[in-house]
Amino acid sequence: MTILPFLAAGWIFLAGVHGMVTSRNAIHAVGCLAVAQSSTYVLLLAVGFRRGGTAPYFSDTSLRTRVVDPVVQALALTDVVVGATVTALLLGLAMQVRKRHGTVDPDALTGLKG
Amino acid sequence: MSRTARIRLFWAAAVVFAVAYAAACTGLPRFGTLAHPYATRAVAAALHQRTANVVSSVNFDQRAFDTLGEESILFAAVLGTIVLLRHARDERTGRPRPGRVLPSTRLLGMVLLPVTLLTGVYIVAHGQLSPGGGFQGGVILATGLHLAYVAADYRVLKRIRPLAFLDAADAAGAGAFAALGLAGLVAGGAYLQNVLPLGTFGQLSSGGLVPVVNAAVGVEVGAGVIVLLAFFLDQAVEVRSPEEHGTGGGG
Repeated sequence: MTILPFLAAGWIFLAGVHGMVTSRNAIHAVGCLAVAQSSTYVLLLAVGFRRGGTAPYFSDTSLRTRVVDPVVQALALTDVVVGATVTALLLGLAMQVRKRHGTVDPDALTGLKG
Repeated sequence: MSRTARIRLFWAAAVVFAVAYAAACTGLPRFGTLAHPYATRAVAAALHQRTANVVSSVNFDQRAFDTLGEESILFAAVLGTIVLLRHARDERTGRPRPGRVLPSTRLLGMVLLPVTLLTGVYIVAHGQLSPGGGFQGGVILATGLHLAYVAADYRVLKRIRPLAFLDAADAAGAGAFAALGLAGLVAGGAYLQNVLPLGTFGQLSSGGLVPVVNAAVGVEVGAGVIVLLAFFLDQAVEVRSPEEHGTGGGG
C-alpha cells in the first residue's frame, strides 16, 4: 500500500472534524481543530518523503547525500506556527464566551447579546 | 440545526470526502518517490547561497516574503489575544498567592532555567546550520522562562519578565524583518533579496541575510509567546470572576 500515508492524513483530518462536530465544549473543539490541522503536517511530510532520504541539512554530511524534500518541511513549519497562533486566539475567545455567557457548550450559545 | 441533523450531515460529508480524497491520493506521485523537482532545485539554491540548513534557506531566503506574511499572522494573533483578554471593567483582580513548591522541583527549575535559555539562543543562532531557527528557538526561549513559574511561583515569574519591554521587542522583531527586506532594494535588487556577503559554507556567519532574519524572528517569537502566555496566566491566576469571591488563584 503506497498510498497508506496519504490515507492516514485523511483519517486524522476526519477524526478532528468529527470531534469538532460532536463537541459539547469549546476548549475541546479547539483541541479537535488542532488535530484536524495536524493532518496537514502528515500529508505534507508524506508528499515530501524520498525513500532512503535523510534530513535536508548539510552541516556534517556530504553534499551528495540523498535528502527528503525541504520545501514541504518549510511549509509544515509555517503550518505549525499559524496553527499555534490560531489556537491561542480561539482559546482567548472561548475564555471570553465563558465569562460573558457562563458556558463553553457551543450548543447552549443561542441568541445574540449586545 | 439540531444536534442529530448536524451529525448526520457530517457523516454524509465525511463519506463524500473520504471517497474523493482516496481517489485523489491514487493520482499522487508514489510515496517515497525519488523524483522531487522542487526539492532538487531548493537544495541546489540553498547550497548556492551557502546555507547548510536547506529548510532555513527556503523559509528565510527563497520564500522569505511568504515568511514575512506568516510572521505577520503571528504578530496579529498575539495582538488579537491581548485585545480579547484585556481586563474588563466588571472584573476584580486579586493578588496571586505564593505557591508551595517541592525543594527538588525548585532545584531542577533553577538548574534548567539557564540551560534552557542558552539552548534557545543556540537554536536561534544556528538556524542557518542545523535544525532550528527563529521560530523554534523563540518558543524554547519563551517556554524556558516559564520554568520560573513551575519552580517558584507567579510573583517570581512576574519579576523576571519585563512585559513592557517584551511588548516593544515583539513589535521591533516584526518590524525588523520587514525593514531588513529593504536592504535588498537599497542594494538595487528585489525586496528581501539576500544581498549580504554569503560567508563560508558551514560557518556561523554563512547564509547572508538568513541568520539576521532568523534573529529578528527569534526575538519576535520569543517575546510574542511570553506576552501571549502572560495574558493567559493573568486570566488564570489574577482575575476573579464577579460571582466567585475570594476563590481561585494560587501560584
